Amino acid sequence: MSEEIRSSTRTNDADHASDMDSFVDPLEMADLAPGCMSEMHSFEAAPEHQQKLGFPGELVDDWHDKAVAKMGDLVSKYKSLRVFLDSCVKCGACADKCHYGMGTGDPKNMPVARQDLFRSVYRRYYTTAGKYFPALVGARDLTTEVLDEWYSYFHQCSQCRRCSVYCPYGIDTAEISMAAREILDTIGRGQKYCNEIIGKVHELGNNLGLPEKAMRATLEDFEEDLEDETGLEIKLPLDVKGADILLVTPSADFFAEPHIDGLLGYAKVFHEAGASWTLSTTASEAANFGMFIGSYENMRKVSLRVRKAAEELGVKRIIFGECGHAWRVAYSFLNTLAGPFDFLDSNYPVPQHICEYTWDLVERGIIKFDKSKNDEYRLTFHDSCNVARGSGMGDKPGDQFEIPRNILKATCNNYFDMQENTIRKETVCCGGGGGLLTDDLLDLRKKGASPRMKALSNAREEHGVTHMAAICAICKSQFAKVMPGYDFEIDSILSVHQMVSNAIIMTGATNPDEDEEDDG
Amino acid sequence: MLTAIYAILFYLATICLIGGLGIRIYQFANTPAPLKIPTTPAPKTRLGVGFRMFREVVFFQTLFNSNKWIWLFGVMFHLGLLLVVLRHLRYFTEPVWFWVELIQPFGIYAGFAMLAGLAGLLLRRIILAAIRYISAPSDYLMLILLMLIGASGFAMKYAVHTDIVAVKKFFLGLILFDWQPLPADMPLLVHLTLVALLMIIFPFSKLLHAPGIFFSPSLNQVDNAREKRHIVAWAADLEK
Ligand code: SF4
Ligand code: SF4
Ligand code: SF4
Repeated sequence: MSEEIRSSTRTNDADHASDMDSFVDPLEMADLAPGCMSEMHSFEAAPEHQQKLGFPGELVDDWHDKAVAKMGDLVSKYKSLRVFLDSCVKCGACADKCHYGMGTGDPKNMPVARQDLFRSVYRRYYTTAGKYFPALVGARDLTTEVLDEWYSYFHQCSQCRRCSVYCPYGIDTAEISMAAREILDTIGRGQKYCNEIIGKVHELGNNLGLPEKAMRATLEDFEEDLEDETGLEIKLPLDVKGADILLVTPSADFFAEPHIDGLLGYAKVFHEAGASWTLSTTASEAANFGMFIGSYENMRKVSLRVRKAAEELGVKRIIFGECGHAWRVAYSFLNTLAGPFDFLDSNYPVPQHICEYTWDLVERGIIKFDKSKNDEYRLTFHDSCNVARGSGMGDKPGDQFEIPRNILKATCNNYFDMQENTIRKETVCCGGGGGLLTDDLLDLRKKGASPRMKALSNAREEHGVTHMAAICAICKSQFAKVMPGYDFEIDSILSVHQMVSNAIIMTGATNPDEDEEDDG
Repeated sequence: MLTAIYAILFYLATICLIGGLGIRIYQFANTPAPLKIPTTPAPKTRLGVGFRMFREVVFFQTLFNSNKWIWLFGVMFHLGLLLVVLRHLRYFTEPVWFWVELIQPFGIYAGFAMLAGLAGLLLRRIILAAIRYISAPSDYLMLILLMLIGASGFAMKYAVHTDIVAVKKFFLGLILFDWQPLPADMPLLVHLTLVALLMIIFPFSKLLHAPGIFFSPSLNQVDNAREKRHIVAWAADLEK
């Protein structure tokens, strides 16, 4: 299995070097191979998935005019689009900064080239130069071939914003990907993975389509597990009216490893802090795929669920669990989309990240850790792009890097960072974000993960790193998939709150060490 | 005749430059930014954003971090151009401002730096496969146009001497709407034609990055979404 993954990962000199146990440059660009990823085409949405979101079921007859009109509409509504489309000087500073470019070598996966797929059409229809001198400025008509290319390459962008960190004008290809996907949706060519999921959220409150009953049963199981482990009645309350805190967390936390261990960690923290908290069935999902498809309306609708749950339950605060893009939407957009939140306690930021919450308790001495519990781990941390470059934490710029690290360093003795230009704001994406975490894009995901995985492998060489923690549900699922290809165990990816869970000293816990292994 | 042609050309070019830029800046300024999208970590205050913009506009800080060669050539060109343009102020002011006098000698070196920077950028564009891939004809032509402007300028200085005093009279005359004859020297005419061309295409080209950078939401937004609700008109309409 690992052999197979390795061989299908694009081999280049860098891969070769890693076999010889020496360091490789994780950010090396694969040799340019034009068109090598043009066949990568994630499944398109079925009519029913489209219609649930208010999009046409299939390609509409007047798609050309509709698409061009939608483009004009978006350009007039989004300053980012207008400025980014007009301002790129084709300097190429971003050209080697995208993990998909590095991993695939397809030049259209260079951020500027990806933008140009869109910009060339914008120039043709909306600029003087492109209307009269298309060949001169690289403008082109919108044709079905162009549409296919859009579909393909705008679903090869995880909207991670790494390119924007390196562009002298802050041009963010993610904004353009979002706009392109929105145009594709409005003419009837949406992506199955994203749109099906958004439909489920609208219907059932979470991405997995988990109904209330199943959720309740799962949470009860977890409570039993926690009691077995600690001898304490640690609750995972659901729909408790009048609780202080509403926890909104990605639904993967309810059923997938290593996510669950994170959820158990939150529960222990709340318990130890004596907090009154609850989950909600209607807002049982932190993720908001509305962002991936660039649809303000869908993003807003998904966000309003959270507001509604908070109002109905009468909570005082909202806390988000470990999820990258969800945190971007929560931190940067929630107040806009579903605010104002003046009915909540104004002593706390709305919303708060679980890491902010936990770290505050640590700083105030309310929760304590026995670091030795994590001695089996030699740990590093993957900065999830959306947290790193699309949001913040705490009260200082950059706290989103320090707070999770502080927590990890407080919970374990062996923490090491990966190579500097692959972490913090320069972090390389896991390869599965932005609505690409689907098996029909697996080849792309593996290639896109290669810079991160090479950096991680280097950390293994240098520091003997065995595990990597993250605070993003998508990252965790993606790494669980790609890690075996680099000779890491599938469970080498951890939730930050799993480390918290392992090390937290629970007041009154009985023989926490025994009986753990069997259901581990 | 020649004087009239160039006088009209420069009036047109000026109108085009100022009018065109005005329209684009108006569009940039008035297009709403519905969501907070600063590329983080970002400053939490307006003042902090001011510093961020300052570092970007004056030092090209991001570019320095991402690509030293582009940064080097970019700085050589832009800084060179800035000095050269300032140096040219002496053709439009009477008496010449004190500090414009001061920078005159540096202006020449700046001109060389500018040309070298442009040559570096052009070579990159031609040699590197990735950059070649993303280049349209206009990307090469823009660099060539700027280089020709520089070269024709140097030609006037070092090859075919031009009657600078007369040129200055011509431009002062343009400003005062009192036309004075323009010397009919080839390098001068080439130089002026290309400059007018540059002024005309400025608002239609990627040179819009000059005003654009100030309006880039990922750079100019304050990272305070949780503290202060940000909402634009069309988004607020959805709430009705
Ligand atoms: S770094 Fe920015 S300006 Fe340069 S090519 Fe990329 S997007 Fe364009
Ligand atoms: S946003 Fe990320 S995935 Fe998309 S082009 Fe930029 S670097 Fe690549
Ligand atoms: S999945 Fe994780 S690493 Fe990938 S884009 Fe999202 S936050 Fe970034």
